[in-house]
Amino acid sequence: MNQELTTEEKAALKSIAKNLETFNKQRGNLIPILQMVQEHLAYLPSEALRMVAEYLEINACEVYGVATFYNQFRFHPPGKHPVKVCLGTACHVRAGDIILENFERKLGIEDGETTADREFSIERVACVGCCALAPVAIIGETVHGHMAPSKVEGLLMRIEIEKDIAKREKEKSESEQT
Amino acid sequence: MSPNKHNRIDPAFKAIRKEAQKRREAFIEAPVPKIHVGMATCGIASGAIETKTAFEETLAKRNIEALIHTTGCIGHCYAEPVVIIDHPDSGFPPILYPEVTPGKAQMLVKLFLEEGDPRLEHILGATVANELIPSIMDFSRFNKEKRLVMEKCGHIDPEDIYDYIAEDGYSTFVKSLHLTPVDIVNEIKNSGLRGRGGGGYPTGKKWELAMHAEGKVKLVICNADEGDPGAYMDRTILESNPHQVIEGLAICAYAVGASRAIMYIRAEYPLAVKIVNTAIQQAKELGLLGKNILGSDFDFEVEIFQGSGAFVCGEETAMIRSIEGFRGMPRHRPPFPVQNGLWHQPTVINNVKTLASVPPILKNGAAWFRSIGTEKSPGTAIFSVVGDVVHVGLVEIPMGVTLRSLIFDICG
Repeated sequence: MNQELTTEEKAALKSIAKNLETFNKQRGNLIPILQMVQEHLAYLPSEALRMVAEYLEINACEVYGVATFYNQFRFHPPGKHPVKVCLGTACHVRAGDIILENFERKLGIEDGETTADREFSIERVACVGCCALAPVAIIGETVHGHMAPSKVEGLLMRIEIEKDIAKREKEKSESEQT
Repeated sequence: MSPNKHNRIDPAFKAIRKEAQKRREAFIEAPVPKIHVGMATCGIASGAIETKTAFEETLAKRNIEALIHTTGCIGHCYAEPVVIIDHPDSGFPPILYPEVTPGKAQMLVKLFLEEGDPRLEHILGATVANELIPSIMDFSRFNKEKRLVMEKCGHIDPEDIYDYIAEDGYSTFVKSLHLTPVDIVNEIKNSGLRGRGGGGYPTGKKWELAMHAEGKVKLVICNADEGDPGAYMDRTILESNPHQVIEGLAICAYAVGASRAIMYIRAEYPLAVKIVNTAIQQAKELGLLGKNILGSDFDFEVEIFQGSGAFVCGEETAMIRSIEGFRGMPRHRPPFPVQNGLWHQPTVINNVKTLASVPPILKNGAAWFRSIGTEKSPGTAIFSVVGDVVHVGLVEIPMGVTLRSLIFDICG
């Protein structure tokens, strides 16, 4: 929960503070307020939770308790490349947990967290419905079947390389323009 | 309610109805083909938006005039996107086409609307009995069903209140404003309607308890926190015919003496939330919700509360805690919500399907409702059948039909 806020998010927090005024200071408005915050920021940073608690004049731990109870709310910003590792029955049997552990170790974050540069986030999901390919991981919107620890390394490397290529091409087109 | 109030309600509603009928007649009598496209979440997921765009583009390109009418879902998910084309000039009755892809849409505009060939190999059936082509009622998937709650689903535009009123909508609510709350509760009790959320508690009894409960402020909650895997009956009803649920809510509120209702809808159903919001707005504009409804002294407001993804909140007491802004933890009963519910006021919580059953019951009478289904549990039930059957989708059948019949005869 200790990620630095980006400048856009700081701006969004200000508009959220303005939006808060439209809600009555009632406990019953807590969940609608949290939904509004998440709509703006895509997640609930601790700064926002504290702001909501102050506004409603309740303890921050109460707000946190309610927010963690409901599945809809998330506490980490989504990464640019969200990694979802399937741990449904079929993937579990074919050692999906090893794949999850590999991603966690190589990215240096735990399940449900986001890397500091906001490139990757890891999430474990239940069955994604392609059990014949177990174990399965989804990066971005691409489904990768028959995952193995070596493949984890390869996939992460590929993203790095693709980023490099994109960067080089951008530089190239910019230099061509000038 | 004093009798002189009645004099105001009837003319007020009559004017609304006249407008609705006028619009309906204008639609029916327009001398152009009508294309009805099913646009609920399931239709959209199967590509109904692309299909609709294809129809619009092809019609514009070929310079054909036709009316496109967006409807809800008829519950036949295996055939989505479903399109009904009513082309009276061709001599054919309205025809239902299953799985209309954009390509098929282009072909139908060219061959059917322009050249008058309905492409019989692509049809499912005509929507009415006729002498030319088989009708859908020849299929067991259609004729074994008995539709009470979902009668209008897929035939009316959920985002147009006049479409519902033209089909006799809200007339039952107006009729019940003439009755005393005791009459309404007795009628529901006699009908034997039981809660459709799964518990099967007699609805009439719940309303009676709430009617007699002490407390100035009473509340009604519509439970639309449908979370069981594979179940989507409530979503379809809210997306295809939200006004029937609102009408049921209003009748319930009038009967128990409440003036405020909350619809607890899952945040995972964005389209349902949007459509119900529109429906509430439209009903307010026509004076069917709000203060002094149709000039009577009955006030009634409906709000939406979006559930945030906790399965347990479908349970009454957990739902109440969730609306109050706490963790949705169930508590022991008694006291039951009808005695001590939301914000410690007497609260009636009914499922979407229960509320949607109320208008047809009061319209046709308790005896009629009792004639459907079994003795102890009259009426119909809606099933969402998915998995290894041919005709997946929603099936509304009388209580007492066997599972074998549902799976093998109806869904194939």
